[in-house]
Amino acid sequence: MPLNRFTKDGHPIKFVQGNEAVVWGAIHAGCRFFAGYPITPSTEIAEGMARELPKVGGVFIQMEDEIGSIAAIIGASAAGAKAMTATSGPGFSLMQENIGYAYMTQLPIVIVDVQRGGPSTGLPTKLSQGDTMQARWGTHGDYTAVALAASSVQEAYEATIRAFNLACKLSTPVIVLLDELIGHMREKLVLKKPEEIHEEPRSFPTVPPEWYLPYDIPSDFIAHPSPFGEGYRYSITGLTHDRAGFPTSISAEITERLEALREKIVVHKQEIWDWKEYYTGDARILIVAYGSAARAARGAVEHLRRKRFKAGFLELKSIWPFPDGPLLSAAKHAKYVFVAENCMGQLIHPVKEALAGTHIRVVSVTRYDGHPLEPAQIVHAIKEEI
Amino acid sequence: MPRQGSQNSSTGRRTGTRPGGKKNKRTKLLPDRVERFEIRISGAGGQGIISTGMLLGEAIALGDGRNVSQSQAYGPEARGGATRADLIISDGDIFFPECHEPDLLVAFTTEAYEKHAPSVKPDGLIIADESAVDIVMGNARTVKVPFIKLAEKEFGHPIVANIIALGFLATYTGIVSEKSIREAVEDRFAGTKYLDMNLKALEAGFKLGKEYAKKYPL
Repeated sequence: MPLNRFTKDGHPIKFVQGNEAVVWGAIHAGCRFFAGYPITPSTEIAEGMARELPKVGGVFIQMEDEIGSIAAIIGASAAGAKAMTATSGPGFSLMQENIGYAYMTQLPIVIVDVQRGGPSTGLPTKLSQGDTMQARWGTHGDYTAVALAASSVQEAYEATIRAFNLACKLSTPVIVLLDELIGHMREKLVLKKPEEIHEEPRSFPTVPPEWYLPYDIPSDFIAHPSPFGEGYRYSITGLTHDRAGFPTSISAEITERLEALREKIVVHKQEIWDWKEYYTGDARILIVAYGSAARAARGAVEHLRRKRFKAGFLELKSIWPFPDGPLLSAAKHAKYVFVAENCMGQLIHPVKEALAGTHIRVVSVTRYDGHPLEPAQIVHAIKEEI
Repeated sequence: MPRQGSQNSSTGRRTGTRPGGKKNKRTKLLPDRVERFEIRISGAGGQGIISTGMLLGEAIALGDGRNVSQSQAYGPEARGGATRADLIISDGDIFFPECHEPDLLVAFTTEAYEKHAPSVKPDGLIIADESAVDIVMGNARTVKVPFIKLAEKEFGHPIVANIIALGFLATYTGIVSEKSIREAVEDRFAGTKYLDMNLKALEAGFKLGKEYAKKYPL
């Protein structure tokens, strides 16, 4: 167990990995069920949950594989628990079908993907951001993803808490995209006190059971299926269903369902969006990055500012739905936008889409050998281009 | 960096002021305020390299109250394979959490020594297990220390060589306080049957570091 210290105002401080920060974030957000299958570089999350969950009355199960893992947390969620799993690329691929199931059935779950080099078994112990698009499009069908990101141990803790709150609020799966560097690096982590943590509760129906429509479409588009065992009988199915939860083949009900599933995320996108800006006020050169690439981008922008370049940096702490509003605002004075990624270029696509109506030149800065991008590489790419 | 009048007869390479170096009265390897100080611990999988980095990071961050990032690189093997842990100490933000040019290298194998010694800053310091150094490399001073031999002789197993090295780092280089590293080791092994052995190994490291500080002052 790590050393325990406290800040002057009584917050516990730890020196832990990003993966351990996820464990504390989950416990503090009310997670009481974890099912997973160990995979580098996410295994420390499962280890930590196995150690910590029993202490708070929670349940940890090691499943036979990743398909079983996500199925188990969806089941736990249907029974009212705040539930999470953690994995990496290959396991994340196996989970994709059931991510769509959780989306369709509107059951809140949290999936942490500590990205490693791919495709396939790839580089188990090295970092990558190659699942950026898998998080968005991995499951089949028309699907709208919610994914958060973190570039430090502290942010991994905060993103995990946020992921649970958003999942419960929107009744949808939320993905936390970390990478090997953030998952394995150790830094100081300042934990919140219980009274400082907002814990979004699971919603319970207020109508009597005979009036209950689990998949009703209210004005905010969010259905809150009642946890099983509360006296409300209904059907949960991955088939496209009507408001009572039974399969439907009526056109109006199908389009209404698919639109409501999308709209509940689109109308709440400003609540989901999370970002940080550095020197964007007058930036002619804007760097966009998330996760470990964001650390290099911070270093690059500090260097460029010292050299009197009008450079700014937009760090994305939520990836999906893509924060196009914050990007357009940060790129207001930009001539160039550089998208820095630890993969062959994925985040650049939504950036280009968002800036399509402008004259801004969008340039990709990538590294995909399993090592983190360095500030100098970004600086070099910028100087080459402008 | 300390550089004057030092000599490491175990390598016989440096005497007096280092080439091109100016006289510097600083006696601390790690200054009280620093923009970026890089430490690399390197060796083979199974030697406790990452544990060493973790304990050192924990002691410097939580015990000594400094800003530290610790990252690591290792292969998919459970044992063997080149392994390293990097620690960056800074009074500002730490953007890139891996070493560019270490200020301090600790190497437990020949492979690690030969791979990383040339990247150490010329006024940096290399502490290597004596078994790791065939030919002295790089521009920084190399100090050879019998961590593994001592671990085998005193404790019957090479596994505590890294804990001896942690003790050595505290008293020889001062990058971490004895109190903080002892607390980190105690905390790590509290309640296990390994606590006693590890604390003894740490004390042996403290003692060895003090001896070296007299013989080969920084």
